[in-house]
Amino acid sequence: MLYSAKVMEHFANPHNVGELKDANGVGEVGNQKCGDIMKMYIKVEDGIITDVSFMTFGCGAAIATSSMATDLIKGKPLEDALKLTNKAVVEALDGLPAVKVHCSVLAEQAIKAAIADYYRRQGVDPTPIVGNLDDECAACGHDHGSCSCGE
Amino acid sequence: MDRFVYLDNSATTKISDRVFQAMVPYLTEHYGNPSSIYAIGREAAMAIEDARKKVAAALNARPEEIYFTGCGSESDNWAIKGVARRLARLQGKKHIITTVFEHHAVLHTCQALEREGFEVTYLPVDKLGFVNPADVEAAIRPDTAIVSVMYANNEIGTIQPIAEIGAICRAHKVYFHTDAVQAVGNVRIDVKEQNIDMLSLSAHKIHGPKGVGALYIRRGVPIDNFMDGGAQESGKRAGTENLASIVGLGEAITETYENFEQKTAKMAALRDKLIDGLLKIPCTRLNGGRENRLCTNVNISFGGIEGEGLLLLLDLNGIAASSGSACTSGSLDPSHVLLAIGLEHGIAHGSLRLSLSAETTEEDVDYTLETVPKVVERLRAMSPVWQEWSDDERAGKNL
Repeated sequence: MLYSAKVMEHFANPHNVGELKDANGVGEVGNQKCGDIMKMYIKVEDGIITDVSFMTFGCGAAIATSSMATDLIKGKPLEDALKLTNKAVVEALDGLPAVKVHCSVLAEQAIKAAIADYYRRQGVDPTPIVGNLDDECAACGHDHGSCSCGE
Repeated sequence: MDRFVYLDNSATTKISDRVFQAMVPYLTEHYGNPSSIYAIGREAAMAIEDARKKVAAALNARPEEIYFTGCGSESDNWAIKGVARRLARLQGKKHIITTVFEHHAVLHTCQALEREGFEVTYLPVDKLGFVNPADVEAAIRPDTAIVSVMYANNEIGTIQPIAEIGAICRAHKVYFHTDAVQAVGNVRIDVKEQNIDMLSLSAHKIHGPKGVGALYIRRGVPIDNFMDGGAQESGKRAGTENLASIVGLGEAITETYENFEQKTAKMAALRDKLIDGLLKIPCTRLNGGRENRLCTNVNISFGGIEGEGLLLLLDLNGIAASSGSACTSGSLDPSHVLLAIGLEHGIAHGSLRLSLSAETTEEDVDYTLETVPKVVERLRAMSPVWQEWSDDERAGKNL
């Protein structure tokens, strides 16, 4: 498994790790069966993500993509954060091994889940804004075939 | 980080100086083709026969029952496909018995044969990682061609009741193959006494070179050729021999059984120190039984974390190890071995295999015991799984 220097840097010294006590949006995606769980905490003030953190159970790439994704949305308006793609995370990390690209999908989905949670807490239906995030298999991004994710 | 602790000897081992020195002449001045008639050819042929005797001596086999191959996987492929296909053709036997926790070299070989129309019985293993010989006996049918049960498991180190299974197979006149890649050098093997018909081994697991293995085939076992061509390896495995590596294998297997009792006792003591030390970390479990375990194998699961992150952090601290996590294999499921002994997926993902060699030192073990708890704690601190667990779960109640 060949990770870029950037991935190793974010894995060895991840940014924004831990629980964010005053978060007003929390999203969790993935499951233990697949081996990756990401939990994102965001603090939104006036439509801006003023603080963000993550907790991840997963491989080096899962931790590095979580770290990079939090960096990329910190201080950004919600609309910008929603536009963050897994591809942008991969590019910012100078690439990921093909079998690890699903980790970046998970990071993108975790951010969306946190934003959806934020809207729900505000009494706003997140589905028209964020989309449907109920499908855990889609969030995990694995091509399992006979997948039993989310069972 | 100057310190380097190599604890992945089940993956491969460092070539020993003695093996390397034995090989060098056959990579330089003794370059003759062993099939050639002139002096340097004869010299090469003699070196190969000498290595064959050494491998035979280590197994209590006859030299003519040892066939050199390219690796342990080749030996497994040859043994199972070679006998199964031949007996299917000659006697209509199309049934194979193996176990769920074999190395992929055996499992995927059996799956390939299923696609050819063979029927395979995959025997279960118990929670401690052992095959029950009675299950083998119960699975044997009139059309069973071959039984293949690994000597010792590569992930959890459990040593199987090979002599009992061998006796059962012999009594039922079914051929018995064992993948002994992890066992050679760590246990004493006697193919005659244990009624083993075929045995696979590999040089690079015993401080020999990569790219060479051997298959013991008891005289009289009906087996198709692996490679058709010249007269090498009695015409059964044609192709110019990997001369220097075969010499290396002969030297390695001799060296590995020298001072055997002393070396294995030392490794077992270090293994136990590692196991006892690591089990002091909360929410851990030892995978595989403590009895009948390879003196080289430690396999521990840590609740709430994932194995690849663990390996990468250990690597950053100078420790090379491996894991049953899916993430380290490129596949999506965690180790089939850990699932076979009943681990939950999440727990199987968080496993660590440390494998020792005769070169492992007390300092290596002490450093590892200092480092692993810190690394585990660091990963748990960022794990949402660990965060959500109750105190009971964190105490390992569910392991």
